[in-house]
Amino acid sequence: MRGFRFIRGTMWSVTRPLLQECTLTCYRLLSAMTQAVPPILSVTPSRALVDEKFQVLVENLPPGCPVTLCSLHRSEDKDDWEAYGHYVSDHRGVVSVSEDLSFGGTYTGKEPMGLLWSMRPVPGSRKGLRLRKINVCTPMLVNISVHSGHEGFRDRTPLASALAERWYMAPGVKRIDINKQGVQGTLYIPPGPGPFPALLDMWGGGAGLLEYRSALLASRGYVSFSLDYLWSEYLSADVEFKYFETAFNIIRNHSQVIPDRVGILGSSLGSMVAFDLTAYSTIIKPRCIVCISSNHYHPPGTTLKAGFKILSKHFHKAHFDENNHMSWRSFALDLIADPSNNVEVGRINCPMLLVNGCDDQNWPTVETAEEVARLLREGGKEHLLSRLAYPGAGHLIEPPFSPHFRATKFIILNSKEKVILLWGGHTKAHSDAQEDSWRKILSFLQLHLYHSPSVKANL
Amino acid sequence: MDRKQCCVKLSVQPSRGLMDEKFIVLVQNALPGSQLTIRALHQCEDGHSWEAFGHYTADTTGTINVSEDPSIRGTYSGVEQMGLLWSLRPIPGSKPGLRMRKKNIQTPMEVTISVYQGHQTEGFADLVPLSGVVVERWYMAPGVRRIPVTEGGLTAALFLPLGPGPFPGLLDLYGLGGELVEYRAALLASHGFASMAIDYLTSKFTIETGKMVDRQYFETAYRVLQQHPQVCKSRIAMIGLSFGTSITLKMAIYSEIIKLSAAVCISGTHVQPVDGSVEEILRFPYKNVGKTRFSEKDEVICRDLMLPIPTDPSLKADVGRLQCPLLLLVGEDDQNWPTQESALNIKEMMAQAGNSHLLTVLSYPNAGHLIEPPYTPHTRSSNFRPAGMPEKVMCLWGGQTVEHSRAQEDAWKKILVFLRENLYGDRNPTLFSHL
Repeated sequence: MRGFRFIRGTMWSVTRPLLQECTLTCYRLLSAMTQAVPPILSVTPSRALVDEKFQVLVENLPPGCPVTLCSLHRSEDKDDWEAYGHYVSDHRGVVSVSEDLSFGGTYTGKEPMGLLWSMRPVPGSRKGLRLRKINVCTPMLVNISVHSGHEGFRDRTPLASALAERWYMAPGVKRIDINKQGVQGTLYIPPGPGPFPALLDMWGGGAGLLEYRSALLASRGYVSFSLDYLWSEYLSADVEFKYFETAFNIIRNHSQVIPDRVGILGSSLGSMVAFDLTAYSTIIKPRCIVCISSNHYHPPGTTLKAGFKILSKHFHKAHFDENNHMSWRSFALDLIADPSNNVEVGRINCPMLLVNGCDDQNWPTVETAEEVARLLREGGKEHLLSRLAYPGAGHLIEPPFSPHFRATKFIILNSKEKVILLWGGHTKAHSDAQEDSWRKILSFLQLHLYHSPSVKANL
Repeated sequence: MDRKQCCVKLSVQPSRGLMDEKFIVLVQNALPGSQLTIRALHQCEDGHSWEAFGHYTADTTGTINVSEDPSIRGTYSGVEQMGLLWSLRPIPGSKPGLRMRKKNIQTPMEVTISVYQGHQTEGFADLVPLSGVVVERWYMAPGVRRIPVTEGGLTAALFLPLGPGPFPGLLDLYGLGGELVEYRAALLASHGFASMAIDYLTSKFTIETGKMVDRQYFETAYRVLQQHPQVCKSRIAMIGLSFGTSITLKMAIYSEIIKLSAAVCISGTHVQPVDGSVEEILRFPYKNVGKTRFSEKDEVICRDLMLPIPTDPSLKADVGRLQCPLLLLVGEDDQNWPTQESALNIKEMMAQAGNSHLLTVLSYPNAGHLIEPPYTPHTRSSNFRPAGMPEKVMCLWGGQTVEHSRAQEDAWKKILVFLRENLYGDRNPTLFSHL
């Protein structure tokens, strides 16, 4: 990597004056052109699901012209997020983001979706922001524009713009608020007669109820229930456990769900619930489980909130990086070293997919996955397990093309204290992990929830 | 419910597309070798239901890919990626003479695509599909704005692409049916042209005064478009279908004010009284109303009303005087207007005048009169009431569905290329020669 930078630096000092000359010529041409016609910018498809790729094409530029492609999104919290790449048009005056290389910006190289995954808050924004869509019935609007030149592109009005709609919900997906038998959450149902395989979908702590993954899963053919489980104080661990079993049964008994094809997808704290339910429940049997950013820490007999209180007693041991971002990884590693603190994952009898980032600074998820593998191996059940561990990826493994958040604001559940938690990950590697893992998660779910043969440990 | 085939997965990508975009319809997880029917259902704005279907056999992996696999029979057959759209027709038992045209282009056309067990041909309403998805087809890309235009007495709608512009402009005219037909202009704006759809037969002016508009109306439209800050003054074209062609040629050739960079004439003729008002041009064919013929189904065939092509130059727009490129689209099975004969004559006239380098003729065998944006269902005949006439007649437009649909797809591609070259194209190639 260092070698590459040196070469680039040398090349830069040679090509820079040439580029400046080229840029000036292009400015003249472009300003002459803007009196005539602008370049043509197209994004295809202009309306897509968030996990679908698009092609960004600029035509009708002067040949060999330096331009910057920029994306801009105003979030529901009214923060502005942007990404950009520096390009040079070919002899036909075309820039194709899918085919050409970006020479700088928030991403470099050949990155068809770089304008989305490399987004970050615009300079001057509040710190520790995270981009998450709350209202999934409307699309995420991304304005893509092309500007002349590279440096200082922001000072110039765009030459052309296009608007891309990115949807979590496919047409025909239904959204239903659930408040039944004490269970709260949101159910997403795919279009069509059904019945469908289904998923209990659980996020981690500190986020509130996030529905977008369930909406996307429904758009991919699964009834998906985004469960709200951190809003209440449970009397005991048993009562809390029953809440999750009830939630699972609500899905299982739904008229549009195939009862023996219900799985669990959990991330972070949600993955712990997935392990817990699957290992200990006598009344529910998930057909398969997916655990993203795997966590199996659950001191026996504790509610989640109580467990969290125990965790917070270790915060003084937390490591703070050079930016004062808090990492739980190292003290968590000590905690899970004691198996009595953890879910007995060796009891699990269904196929499992574990998805983790090797640069996870929040939780020792890769070590957790190792431990799960070891315990299953002891029980002769290692064939049930698939593990994906991505170098350079952090804790927040989201659907593809979502921006990467290395550290974000977090409100400690019990104390309401605000910190900036270090999740980890390096943007390019993390984004590749998001793209690759989603495809593999869908493929795993399709195999176990859609295909006829069922894979059971006792066969 | 047939449980043997549970969990058949149907997907359409993209699930939201523009009207001229293709999609991929995929069935997965079916029983290998099983017979399946894929069907599209659409309820149009007037409440009529339209359907299309194809019979398929799943391969050894239990997959059907409509882009690669043939439909054995149905409303389309063979490998037809978009057959589920272009072969849509009113469901059995519908009123005859229906035509699908979207009025509100700010909402999408919704199509439900489903897969059924077996090879079904009817009674779909009583069957439960194995799987179904909803697909949205849009005339307007995100960011395109619709601006109603009433300036200067116009009844029009301007569709502006997103961005600073300036954009080349387009004046968009449909035919004798009148009303404000917006869908093509909206779609053209989605491709980067500031497009103004114009109602020139049932405009507010005509409704209120009972009088037909004349040349000034179109010249006003041109001026309003030209003066818009986001429109390129010197790059304006006109596109017309049917009678819209007559207006387009009249303006392109004879207007002192309208200076077009290009003209697209679909299913039209140059036969018109040269010195006639718009009203006179409109009434001209009716002088020969006796030449109306009827098909065996009693559909009205109007193509002979303007035949033979006159030799008298005062009865034909003088295409030899055209100074802008002209793209002429002809359906060779047009039963409504003599477009093929007109095209031949236009070619001759321009060859004689020495400006035939401006002319491109696209002539499609077995295509009919209504050459619309791609995947629009083919209408061979429909109940039609020309604006100002008291009654509807069953009008034969012509065309055979498969060839007509291919023609629409090809024509649209070529119209976009033609418009892009002439409106976005560089007029000064020397500017870039040193790069």
